[in-house]
Amino acid sequence: MKTVHPLSELKPGEGGVIARIEGSVLRLRLMERGLLPGERVQTLKRAPLGDPIELALDGFRLSIRKQEAERIFVVREEESK
Amino acid sequence: MNANERRIAVLAGNPNSGKTTLFNALTGLRQKVGNYAGVTVERKTGVFETNGAEWSLIDLPGAYSLTARSPEETIARKALRGEMEDLPKPNLAIIVVDASNLDRNLYLATQILNMGVPSVIALNMMDQAETAGAQIDADILAAQLGAPVVPMIATRGEGVEELKAAAENGASEPPMRPWRLDDESEAALSYVSLALGRVHKEASDAELDSEAVRLVAGGDSESTPPSDEAAEAVAEARNTLSQNGHTPETFEAQARHRWIRSVTAKAVGRSENALLSRSDRIDSVLTHRVFGPLILLAAALLAFQAIFSWASIPMDWIDAGVSALGGWVGGWMPEGALSGLIVDGVIAGVGSVVIFLPQILFLFFFIGLLEDTGYMARAAFMMDRFMRGMGLHGNAFIPLLSSFACAIPGIMATRTISEPKDRLATILVAPLMACSARLPVYVLIIAAFIPGGAWAQSLSLTGLYLLGVLAAMAMAFLFKKTLLRGEAAPLILELPPYRLPNWRTLFFRLWDRSGEFIKRAGGMILAATIVLWFMASYPKLPADVEAAYETRLAAAETEAAEQQIENERAEAAISNSFAARLGRWTEPALRPLGFDWRIGVGVIASFAAREVFVGAMGTLYGVGEADDDTKSLQERLEGAVWESGDKKGENIYTLPTAVALLLFYVFALQCVSTVAVMRRETNSWRWPAFAWVYMFILAYGFAWAGRVAVAAFI
Ligand SMILES: Nc1nc2c(ncn2[C@@H]2O[C@H](COP(=O)(O)OP(=O)(O)OP(=O)(O)O)[C@@H](O)[C@H]2O)c(=O)[nH]1
Repeated sequence: MKTVHPLSELKPGEGGVIARIEGSVLRLRLMERGLLPGERVQTLKRAPLGDPIELALDGFRLSIRKQEAERIFVVREEESK
Repeated sequence: MNANERRIAVLAGNPNSGKTTLFNALTGLRQKVGNYAGVTVERKTGVFETNGAEWSLIDLPGAYSLTARSPEETIARKALRGEMEDLPKPNLAIIVVDASNLDRNLYLATQILNMGVPSVIALNMMDQAETAGAQIDADILAAQLGAPVVPMIATRGEGVEELKAAAENGASEPPMRPWRLDDESEAALSYVSLALGRVHKEASDAELDSEAVRLVAGGDSESTPPSDEAAEAVAEARNTLSQNGHTPETFEAQARHRWIRSVTAKAVGRSENALLSRSDRIDSVLTHRVFGPLILLAAALLAFQAIFSWASIPMDWIDAGVSALGGWVGGWMPEGALSGLIVDGVIAGVGSVVIFLPQILFLFFFIGLLEDTGYMARAAFMMDRFMRGMGLHGNAFIPLLSSFACAIPGIMATRTISEPKDRLATILVAPLMACSARLPVYVLIIAAFIPGGAWAQSLSLTGLYLLGVLAAMAMAFLFKKTLLRGEAAPLILELPPYRLPNWRTLFFRLWDRSGEFIKRAGGMILAATIVLWFMASYPKLPADVEAAYETRLAAAETEAAEQQIENERAEAAISNSFAARLGRWTEPALRPLGFDWRIGVGVIASFAAREVFVGAMGTLYGVGEADDDTKSLQERLEGAVWESGDKKGENIYTLPTAVALLLFYVFALQCVSTVAVMRRETNSWRWPAFAWVYMFILAYGFAWAGRVAVAAFI
């Protein structure tokens, strides 16, 4: 059984596959920008003040706040294999 | 095609896809900037020609989709559908697509295509795509999308002619929505289309279908179905979709992305993305936990150094040039009312507009550099946490920082803030940041009245700057909690790959911004200067008083004596003027702050620009306008006493009064130019009026409280 974790729990450098996104407005916004269930995402780093975080997606870099990252659930890389 | 027929094209695309660059490449300097009717979103219009036709080109706001939740998206969608006031339905959409980030950019592009708008795809940034390891076959892409695709590099002008040719050939109507759901869901969607068709009789099938998809996704005020029948069909469709395993809000995003994937899988060969790996390496330094903020600080300091010391060189030239011109014209015209109007009103007024240009140019040069290299997004990334304390996003950081130099470019720079409420909050507090025009006032008053030597004085100066920052933060926080409250928008900040800046783009930006400042704010600043000049020079001294000065002048033996008499005459003249009458009239209101009528006049004159205060006080105290000569002005101020009232004979400029005056200048919005720019950027008088009033209340309140507190303390 694969467990999902909020994206905010991933350490810098860790990646995963997006399982679901909560919150309907947020979900649509993120999906239009290419952050969809099934996509691979990696957290690159945190901003100097700890928030927001920088995400690596296929072909681009996006930054979102921790509070939004808490609503994105991913399957960790090693577990998804 | 008739040669003199004017056709309409719109330019659409994601933010940062090169829309502006392409717009400039197509239209050159033949462009006009305005607003979309009723909103503050900027609208640029230009002209270009192809062999057979002349085109009006309208720049649509950058957007990631047409689902209409932000004002930008709503405008883009309405413009494409021909629903905007004063903007007929376009004949052609030029869709700018960033080839180095094709999948994401095709989302908006295919939404537009599927609306049935005849379109040409400008596949921009081909150079970047190559570095990003994407080999794009434009022909396959065109065949898949069903629209002409023109590869180009807008910064070098490559592909512009081909794009014009494609526009000329006319795009055929693109295919309807190519991605499909299961049969049951599709049937439900087509019922919605049918119902919509009974309301919008002229709409094409593609238009109806794309509107149906949008309404079913629904969820905001812009997506109310137009009839009861349509509303029922929409509700039904949402049910059917859910039953078939779709999420109504996001089925489009999922299905469209899946389809785009399948298109780029055919049209794009991929290898290692050197663009992003290079960018990540740069970021490992520039957004490093320790070095990142230090570099940001250093960059800001460098920019301020440039603005304070380098911009002051051309500003001095302009100043000197304006006085020379005034002197020349004044010498050549017969003395009198007309020469006064021209020299002290018009020429000085034009000068006070032009004097802002060096700062605006320097600041926008830096901001342009930050934007074009991609560093701006990193600054927002690093400062977001800090700015959140005021209820704002990281992207408000640079505009507020710029306001330290001058609130005008700072307010103009708020256009990079996409949330309307955040933008307004930023505009409202930007004038609280201590701009460079406050500096001479601070220096004069601190030097004369703050005891305790250089240390205490520089501490006071720092304190005034800090106070401005704190006030801006507190007010932004307050506005976001009350007046501009709204759902906290999530931060979704793109960090584009680093790029070398393009000088052409930078030049256009500077041209644009300065031209706009002169056109939009220049008239008002000029008018205000003339009014203030009139108030300070009329009515003239009675003839017999003038004659007495003339006699004394004729009798004067040394040049110093002559100067002395001239200064006395100027003092007498201004004391007799409308400005002085207004000053005396407002004195009772200003007395609680410890201000006499002269300070009142200085404060009123400062509305042209704060630094005018020093010169005005010079005239009022008869030391001449020589502002380099602040020493003698300081002495006069120190010796000034009350002329009437219960404190007659006592010193005016006591420490409490000086503190009150300083505090007043920290808060008051004394700058017509800022007011003019605010009105331009918010498209109404309401917000500048509001800003003026709230800042005046703060100024008065703090000045009074400061005076009382200091008086109790000493
Ligand atoms: N390498 C490269 N850079 C480009 C190209 N076209 C535009 N740029 C650069 O990309 C950046 C963004 O271009 P803009 O024209 O400002 O993009 P925009 O879509 O108007 O962006 P917004 O103003 O943010 O909406 C600028 O720094 C341009 O110099 C291109 O074909 N190749």
